[in-house]
Amino acid sequence: MPDSTQITYRKSSWWKLNQQRLTPWIFLFPGLLLFLVYVIWPIFNSLYISLLQWDGLSPAIYVGLSNYIELLDDEYFYISLMNNLKWLILFMLAVPIGLGLAIFLNQTIFGIRLIKSLFFFPFVISQVVIGIIFSWFYNPRGVIGPFLDKLGLSNYAILADENFATYGIIFAGIYPQIAYCMILYLTGLNNLNTDQIEAGRMDGAKGFSLFKNIILPQLKPATFLAIVVTVIGSLRSFDMVAIMTQGGPYGSTNVLAYYMFETALSEYGYRMGYGSAIAAVLFTIMMFYILFFIYRMYQSEKKGL
Amino acid sequence: MFPIPIQKRPLINRISYKILVPVSLFIWLIPLIGIMLTSIRGLGDITAGNYWGIPSEFLLFSNIKDVFQNTPMLSYIINSFKITIPTVIGAVAISCMTGFALASYKFKANLFIFFTFIAGNFVPFQILMIPVRDLTFQMGLYDTVTGLVLFHVAFQTGFCTLFMRNFIKALPNELFEAARIDGTSEFNIFLKIVVPLTRPAIAALSVLIFTFIWNDFFWATVLIQGQHAMPITAGLKSLNGQWVTVYHLLSAGSIIAAVPPVIMFFLMQKHFIAGLTLGASKG
Repeated sequence: MPDSTQITYRKSSWWKLNQQRLTPWIFLFPGLLLFLVYVIWPIFNSLYISLLQWDGLSPAIYVGLSNYIELLDDEYFYISLMNNLKWLILFMLAVPIGLGLAIFLNQTIFGIRLIKSLFFFPFVISQVVIGIIFSWFYNPRGVIGPFLDKLGLSNYAILADENFATYGIIFAGIYPQIAYCMILYLTGLNNLNTDQIEAGRMDGAKGFSLFKNIILPQLKPATFLAIVVTVIGSLRSFDMVAIMTQGGPYGSTNVLAYYMFETALSEYGYRMGYGSAIAAVLFTIMMFYILFFIYRMYQSEKKGL
Repeated sequence: MFPIPIQKRPLINRISYKILVPVSLFIWLIPLIGIMLTSIRGLGDITAGNYWGIPSEFLLFSNIKDVFQNTPMLSYIINSFKITIPTVIGAVAISCMTGFALASYKFKANLFIFFTFIAGNFVPFQILMIPVRDLTFQMGLYDTVTGLVLFHVAFQTGFCTLFMRNFIKALPNELFEAARIDGTSEFNIFLKIVVPLTRPAIAALSVLIFTFIWNDFFWATVLIQGQHAMPITAGLKSLNGQWVTVYHLLSAGSIIAAVPPVIMFFLMQKHFIAGLTLGASKG
């Protein structure tokens, strides 16, 4: 009897002593486990699969770097890569356009809150719906038809034109992205330091010089976040391509994200290894941005501590 | 204020601003107005090419009824809820814990784990696709709602942890210290102090994750095959293939798909924007 109380006492004191050290790990356990299994491990697993020749069913054959070597000669890979670049560059327009809209709407007139919400609307809606809306917008026998007729472009279908289809999709994709950037900047404008602006105005700063020297530096956090989400958004162009063109015509609208999916999981063949190699390229590109973002966060953490 | 408040401008500017705002809003929303107009129309208008004129019949409700009767739309919507709600609960609950652990305890691996969560959150989906699909197969969860929910919870934990950790970090640390001196256990600090104080963050995260998951298309395509578990995004896509020309039904379906996140957004607007603009005002 006395022995057992001794033990419980010891146990609780051990717990008391180590509670501070162990609690974080107990709290981290479920989240960390799920994240390791579903996110971290798959990254390394994919990198390994990219060294295999594998259809997902029969035994995999280790082929070294030959998937990557094949990529170097793959015309569609280069088309996809170029399209990713087009997405990235054109998507960047969402940042200044969003800023412009935010400045335009940063007023207090009757109903402005509702107006701002309505401007933000496209971001809330699924990209699938946006894609459907635009593909039928572009359809020459659809909404845009009457206007095309007036322009003398009867029956012109941008999504069927291999030279311009990608731009048609990007235009649709940038629409919700502008809304996102706008809301980031509206929040930024809301939190401006009024004293600095007034002081600047006292010193005679006006219009563009006021904007450039006083407003823009204060909007830096919003700009940073806008650029980060826009870059990531541009590389996640899968939904739009899948809905609007499925990579066609003749693969001209493919992007790495969609091309990877097509190679690994569609009727064109189940080439898991080759698909993983494409994914690895996309991952490497993204990794630069991730590391840049983390570096920025690390700097601000150090300042904060 | 920047720009200068319109009220301080000359009358002519004020008037033109008040005209310009609704006009630009109209132009901005033309794609959405187009789809709404089309969802009201009947087949007659569509084949006659009447896209922008006044609808000759008002058939919104009959179109919606058609969609529900002739397609599995209802089951798609139910699936979307079955996927979205458990994901929101799971991801938010788990990230309250991870966020608390990373915000209020000092240990060596802390920043490393935190940055791992952030980095994982930005990873392109394609690098996860094949292993996650295999794993889901092996667990016997391919083509089930559970399999999709498990993945969503795991992936969203990255973003949610970032959010929660920063929110809890901003709470005054003295609160925890005082409770510790009073002899409150760490678990009770979490349950009785942290959880009640993070309610705004929980609300913001819930609306955001709801919208993200409701709108997810990629993972629904990768992990779901059959109608019985398919959410509305993937469902719409399959209808898009079937109904190349039946725009009025397709647009009615699109509107149905958009309604829940739109309602969510309008009800919880403040939280939604607070969630999205995380860090836009601070360093």
